[in-house]
Amino acid sequence: MKQEYIISAYSENHIGLLNRITIIFTRRKVNIESLTVSESALKGISKFTIVVNETKDKVSNIVKQIDKQVEVLKAFYHTNEEMIFQEIALYKVPTAPIMESDQIEKLIRSHNARILEITPEYTVIEKTGHKEETQELFTKLNQFGVLQFIRSGRIAITRSPIEKLSEFLKERDALLAKIESKGKSSKV
Amino acid sequence: MTAKEKETTKSKQQNDEITGSEAVIRSLIAEGAEVIFGYPGGAIMPVYDALYDYRNALRHILTRHEQGAVHAAQGYARVTGKVGVCIATSGPGATNLMTGIADAQIDSTPLVCITGQVGAHLLGTDAFQESDVIGISMPVTKWNFQITTPEDIPEAIAKAFYIAASGRPGPVLLDITKNAQFGKLKYKYAKCHKIRSYVPEYPVNKEKLTEAATMINEAKKPFLIFGQGIMLGEAERELKSFIDKTGIPAAWTLLGLSALNTDHPLNVGMLGMHGNYGPNIKTNECDLLIAVGMRFDDRVTGTLNTYAKQAKIIHIEIDPAEINKNVKVDVALLGDAKKILRLLTHIVSPNKHKEWVKEFKQADAIENKKVIHSDLYPEKPGLTMGEVVRRVSEYTKNDAVIVSDVGQHQMSAARYSKFKHSRSHITSGGLGTMGYGLPAAIGAKLGEPNREVVVFAGDGGFQMTIQELGTIAQEKLAVKMVILNNHFLGMVRQWQELFFEKRYSFTEILSPDFVKVADAYGIPGILISDRDKLDDAIKTMFDTKGPYLLEVNIEKEDNVFPMVPQGASVSEILLSPPDAAK
Repeated sequence: MKQEYIISAYSENHIGLLNRITIIFTRRKVNIESLTVSESALKGISKFTIVVNETKDKVSNIVKQIDKQVEVLKAFYHTNEEMIFQEIALYKVPTAPIMESDQIEKLIRSHNARILEITPEYTVIEKTGHKEETQELFTKLNQFGVLQFIRSGRIAITRSPIEKLSEFLKERDALLAKIESKGKSSKV
Repeated sequence: MTAKEKETTKSKQQNDEITGSEAVIRSLIAEGAEVIFGYPGGAIMPVYDALYDYRNALRHILTRHEQGAVHAAQGYARVTGKVGVCIATSGPGATNLMTGIADAQIDSTPLVCITGQVGAHLLGTDAFQESDVIGISMPVTKWNFQITTPEDIPEAIAKAFYIAASGRPGPVLLDITKNAQFGKLKYKYAKCHKIRSYVPEYPVNKEKLTEAATMINEAKKPFLIFGQGIMLGEAERELKSFIDKTGIPAAWTLLGLSALNTDHPLNVGMLGMHGNYGPNIKTNECDLLIAVGMRFDDRVTGTLNTYAKQAKIIHIEIDPAEINKNVKVDVALLGDAKKILRLLTHIVSPNKHKEWVKEFKQADAIENKKVIHSDLYPEKPGLTMGEVVRRVSEYTKNDAVIVSDVGQHQMSAARYSKFKHSRSHITSGGLGTMGYGLPAAIGAKLGEPNREVVVFAGDGGFQMTIQELGTIAQEKLAVKMVILNNHFLGMVRQWQELFFEKRYSFTEILSPDFVKVADAYGIPGILISDRDKLDDAIKTMFDTKGPYLLEVNIEKEDNVFPMVPQGASVSEILLSPPDAAK
């Protein structure tokens, strides 16, 4: 059964790695619903957050393929329930209807949105939330004519108390030291 | 090295700054490369210029096409276990490598491919012979990297060799811009031993090992199937010890062939579409399937819906991404096959499984009667591929390196060659690359100069890389070429006969006089069509010093059997065409 999964991957910050990761999806004809890449808490390590709508088996195989890329430190996947996640949306609406009535103001209040900029012609509103929430506000604002709308990719964080990346790196060093000291016969 | 070359090297070392190009060559030598394959061109010229000074330390083989270079590097890597190296220029030189790189990726062959690239300031400008080689090669390489400054060369090459050879091996591509080749650096080489983000193999999980051992001890009808992982992991001896102790019959995938002596009593033959009868039907009768260093390719499994459903499955595999990819397994033992088999052999109980092994022999008897006997000792006048392959194999006392191209003859070569030594069967498995055979044989001969190297090819595949006869002639390589000519693209014709109502759409192929073509290169050869000429021709081929081309006209419309039709179950393996079976 297909459902939404959040794939996260930590990687070295390396040119071309984004391409290496996305072609894993392309080759299997799996659509990426959203994708966010940015630097993690540790300098030089990037974090990918990718949302897909797929079966568990397929997601599991894709994550293994991501993990297999030389520059990927670790990849894993979660269901929406296992993570706290957020998206951000920006809406540009004409300023006139805001001046004429309090309807837009009420929408902003009730949806916990906020205004970023007001000019005589337009006003930019920002809202964070899940897709359904940002979409709902879009539908409501659109009665007044939304001039521009943009939504970000998803960012997500696990429900465990701390980001275990630094611990993970220590474990990885230990693992590599173990493999190295055991010494595999050099084939080169 | 000549005295003059030594002097040049010395003075360059004292000068302490060398060009990026020289760093490329010295890094290759530092990694133990002895033979490299390539083709020069504009964007790689500085590297070729540096190579000129080192031509005695590093043997370069000029192929006639970049595809030939990469396949030769593959053949070299497969027989030696070392990393194969090939070099090409930018643009078309690099794109011509891609078929071989894709082949190496799917067949886990360690390669370092070096391509020249336009100067960094020209990247993305559609400069002459510029193509996005990093982008193009990304899906078919284990790792690739573009070098744009000379200082990065030694480290990138060290990483390339480490990544190509470690863990599950694979091809790596380095794209070096011309300015990086011309630029200077202070050369210092250090081999790469680890990369933080890359785990080549995981340590063995002891609990899972015990679990697997219990399953093995309790099994009544255990069956071991192995792939190239045995050779890649240098686990041939461990495999033999394991089956000797447990009495478990073992079958191989096409790429696993030669890892276990053909005459070993527990070697029960080949798996898959044109494999042996026993290994296929017994896959669906065993109670435990132990898969080692293989990836459950669809040509091995047939339909997964009915594949070994009755059996518990243990998968010994170095690549975590292969676990549960195609076949769901009960116990996955992640890690190096050599270590795992050694540990398992210690803790499993000795066994014989006499009755169970006998069942394989019974299946053999059926296949022998219905297929093998008429392949090897045909009563019809036309020669069969099987008899030629077997006679060649026997003539070399099963000691030769057998290289094959792709198609019907490839299946015959695998079914009827016999092997005493590992890494002696070289073929394109996963990608099924026609044209692979001849250049791969060049690499194999350079890797194993003291052994006979025989390449079997069809009339179709041979013409795909026929220009490499030039390389063989120039390098005076004693490659023995056997063309099994049925005047058809035989495997496709077989499918057309069986599954497309004999509509032979573009499978009849006109070939040149191969013996004359060889002669034009100064390579001796002979064409035979009669059985009574076969033994003499084979003798002449091996008695002749240097390369030799033996063309054998084969029965035109022979088919390869047994056959598991595509999409069928391994237990539905056919011993003869479906009509004849009725």
